[in-house]
Amino acid sequence: MATQQSTSANPKVNYKYRRKKAKQEMRQHVTSFALMIFMTLIAFIAVMAGFDKIYVYPILLVLAAMQVVLQLYYFMHMSHKGHGTVALFLYSGVLVAFITVLTFVTIVWW
Amino acid sequence: MDTQEKFTSRTWPESPEKTTLEGKNKFLGFWLFLGGETVLFASLFATYLALKDKVPGSDHYLAIDMYELPLVFIMTMLLLTSSLTSVYAMYHMKNYNFQKMKIWLVVTIGLGLAFLGFEIYEFYHYVHEYEHTFTSSAFGSAFYTLVGFHGAHVVVGLGWFILLLIRNTNRGLNLYNAPKFFVASLYWHFIDVVWVFIFTVVYLMGMVG
Repeated sequence: MATQQSTSANPKVNYKYRRKKAKQEMRQHVTSFALMIFMTLIAFIAVMAGFDKIYVYPILLVLAAMQVVLQLYYFMHMSHKGHGTVALFLYSGVLVAFITVLTFVTIVWW
Repeated sequence: MDTQEKFTSRTWPESPEKTTLEGKNKFLGFWLFLGGETVLFASLFATYLALKDKVPGSDHYLAIDMYELPLVFIMTMLLLTSSLTSVYAMYHMKNYNFQKMKIWLVVTIGLGLAFLGFEIYEFYHYVHEYEHTFTSSAFGSAFYTLVGFHGAHVVVGLGWFILLLIRNTNRGLNLYNAPKFFVASLYWHFIDVVWVFIFTVVYLMGMVG
């Protein structure tokens, strides 16, 4: 039927190829996991080192943003094809989220 | 297509979560929901940032007095690892290996429960050691609403995984339940995304001052 994804003429070759691709992707996931652990460690160390908050805050926020990008694009597969609408939904949410936080920490309470 | 059709690992489609129309709709609808969740948590984060350390008297403890980095670090590692194990579960789902998928989901549930246990301990500790409760100050209300909402998401995520496993344990994988497992794992990853901001904005930035 139309909803069934087409497979190549030789299912055996296709199967092997898919398994290999899945395995490669899994290895990517483990790499991004290691990177995320690494970034978490740096964030905790930066706080424990006791530097001034002017230096620590930007480092923490950049590390968090990088970790979230890894989570979204690798663990949640946003790097795959067919995620255009998904990106629209998510980034619309992120835009409103950003404005909300900006408003609360600047205009509303100061 | 018959969603109950039996597959083998060779006939199993490449993206089983998006092969049926229902799966495609679930996938899109769920991401729309996640966009909304982002806004929900942003409003809670914004409230927390505005009300942090806003206490009625000097006898109240502040963020920097209460938070403990080792506890937050353990919780972070538990949730981050559970995110990886649910990726493993989806890897086996795509390879049509139902048994291994179930094992990794059970590991994910175990890590999630451990996280929840630490969170309950943390709240208990704050209430009894520091008298930091939901009603003790604006700071308390904002803190428990934000972190508690995340904790509630963990509870829902765990319940979702457990119900899916119980319901489908003898059924095997098919195009009817593959999208369900996939969407539940997306939800679990999103919980970790929110936690990244909680440990950064609430705990780490709270410890810096």
